[in-house]
Parts: sequence; structure tokens; C-alpha cells
Amino acid sequence: MKIADHFKTRWLAHTLRKSARALLGLGLIYFFMQSSSLWVHADEAKPLAEDPVVEARLVDIAQELRCLVCQNESLASSRADLADDLRREVRSLIKAGKSDDEIRSFLVSRYGDFVLYRPKIKPLTYGLWFGPFLVLILGLFFLYQHLKARAVTEQQTSALTAEERERLRAILKE
Amino acid sequence: MIQKKFLIPLVLFLVLVVFLGVGLRRDPKEIPSPLINTAAPDFELPTLKGEGNFSPKAYLGRVWLFNVWATWCVSCREEHPVLVAFAKREGVPIVGLSYKEIQPSDEDKGPMSLESKLSLARARSFEWLKKHGDPYQLSVLDLDGRVGINYGVYGVPETYLIDTKGFIRYKHIGPVTPEVLAQEVMPLVHELQKEASTNSWPNTSRNAELAPSTPQSFAPSYALK
Repeated sequence: MKIADHFKTRWLAHTLRKSARALLGLGLIYFFMQSSSLWVHADEAKPLAEDPVVEARLVDIAQELRCLVCQNESLASSRADLADDLRREVRSLIKAGKSDDEIRSFLVSRYGDFVLYRPKIKPLTYGLWFGPFLVLILGLFFLYQHLKARAVTEQQTSALTAEERERLRAILKE
Repeated sequence: MIQKKFLIPLVLFLVLVVFLGVGLRRDPKEIPSPLINTAAPDFELPTLKGEGNFSPKAYLGRVWLFNVWATWCVSCREEHPVLVAFAKREGVPIVGLSYKEIQPSDEDKGPMSLESKLSLARARSFEWLKKHGDPYQLSVLDLDGRVGINYGVYGVPETYLIDTKGFIRYKHIGPVTPEVLAQEVMPLVHELQKEASTNSWPNTSRNAELAPSTPQSFAPSYALK
């Protein structure tokens, strides 16, 4: 009993020490993450200093817009000069009290639907929006057909004719 | 039926090849402009030569080219001799839009005043045009790039063809080549000039808001490449 207790306390102390170390490690990681993010922000603090509410909305809108220069980047993350200018335009539209839709149509009327990562649903974009579901439905249909056909053939191959059953019984009797 | 099943992957493969083949031939950098067949956005900008401001309204009644350029633009150097030769040969007026001549890097040493920006832009552009030739009737200075944004400019050079009613009828992205000018621009210029002289589209009171209802026959199939 006593020995067991002893081991118990030793084990407890061990786990405590271990978790303390883990906590310290996590803390350190957290600290570095914090400081590195502070560091990144320090580099780009200029636009944020203006008005945090406007900046938050700008990021919100710009994340859904494509940069035309680096086409795989959003307007929020692109470092192209044009993206800078367009962010400036969006910022001034926000300050002018325009709605998100109005801001989006400002850009669409100049650069086309291409700037939207989520293009509007209209006849031209039906294929884009519904095509994948059509393919899914077609796939499910063919899968169903295939499974049905296989079930039928399996039944056919396993089913014995009366004559065969007779012969089977004869064989089994022997 | 069973014998033909092996053809399915082949057919699928051929379909894929067609899609990829078409995809390869298209330039992802060329985004069709929604401004084709709409009124060219109005503006008023200082001219390069400093003779006051220019507005596209002044060119109503003419078929003209609007070419976006800058001295820092490398592809413009490739395009420029083509434009110089074209201006000499065809007599189609070309107006230049000097797009963001003053780049952010120019202000590395500190912000510049509008006056100093204008004079630096002018000095640079003059020197450049003296060296490479000047195809422009005039150029306007779009220092902050706002007019460029209104025209949907996203890369320099870009060239617009504007008709007698002040509508954008064609846009070319990237440097124009002699082939583009001969096969796409000139036929359209002739068509637009004829259209204007025969008054086949006499509704001069037609305003900009009606632009989207432009008859289909006026939308040239080669406007969107």
C-alpha cells in the first residue's frame, strides 16, 4: 500500500513537471507568435492607423475581389500598385457611405465579373455554379445503374435452374 | 455494346484534349472589358504640353484611339514604333493617357507636391517622346491613375478605340502590333467612319444611359477576343 502510494506521488510529481514544461513550451511558442505578428504589423501599420472600422470593411470586401495584376491573389493581399490604388478607391467609397454591393458594382462595371471570386448567378454563370452538382447527380445515376446491373447479374449467376438443382441434390446424396 | 465500352475513356480523353487545347490558346491576361459599347468615361486632365485641360468630349465626332502609356512601361517601348508608324500612315488621331508617370518609388525620398509631380512627369515624358517619336495628338497626365481605373486599365499599354458618339468600341490589352492594327483596328475604324457618315445610327440624342441597348449588329464579333 505504502509502496503504491509512493509510486503514485512520484508519478504525480513527474506528470506535473512534464506538464509544466509543456506549458512553458506553449507559452514560449505563443510569445514568439505574438511578437512575430507584432513585428509584421509594425511593417504595415500605416493604412491601419487611419480608421480601423473602415480598414476592417475594406479587408472584408477586398478578400472577395480578385486583383487583376496577380490574378490568383485577392485585392486584400496583393502588393501590386493597381491593388493599392483600388484599395484606395474602395476606402474612399466606404468613407462616402456606399454599400458593399455598390462598391462591388463599381469594380465590376470597370473590370467585369472577373474581379468577383463569387460571380453573380446568371445564365452565363449557371454552368459554373450548377455544373459540379450536375456532374455529381450524373455520377450518382451511373453508380446506381451500375450497382443495379451488377445485382441482377449476380442473382442470375447464383440462381440454379431446376435441372441443376436436381443434379446438385443427387451429388449431395452420394 | 460491350465491345464499344473501351471507347469511353478515349472519348473522354479527346474531350479533355479539346478543353485543354482551347485553354492553351487563350491568354488569361486578356480580360474582356465590360466597357465595350458603352460611353467612354468622361474626365478632365491636364495635357502634357500644359495647354490647359482635355476632355474626351472635345473629340466627339471623330473616331480616335486612346492609348495608355508611361515612360516606365517596358512593353510601351516595344509598342511605340508601331504607333509612330501608324500615326504617320493612317491619320487616325491618337490621344495618349500618361498613366501614373510618377510611381510610388519616386516618392521614396519623401512626398512630392502636385506641382513637382507634374513637372517631373512632363520632363520625363518629353524626353521619352523626343527619343522614341511622338505619335500622339496630345497626351493627358493621369497622375493618380483614377481615370485609368474608370477605363478599367490594369496593365500598360492598353488601347481603346472610341467612335464619333464617344463610345468605346474596342479595347486592346498589351502592346499593339502591326497585325492587330491592320486586321482589327483599321477595319473597325473604317466601319465606324462609314457608320457616322451614312448616319445609320442617327440618334445623336441617344445618351450614355442607353448604351447597353446598343443593337447587336454594332457589336463587332472581334471586339472581344
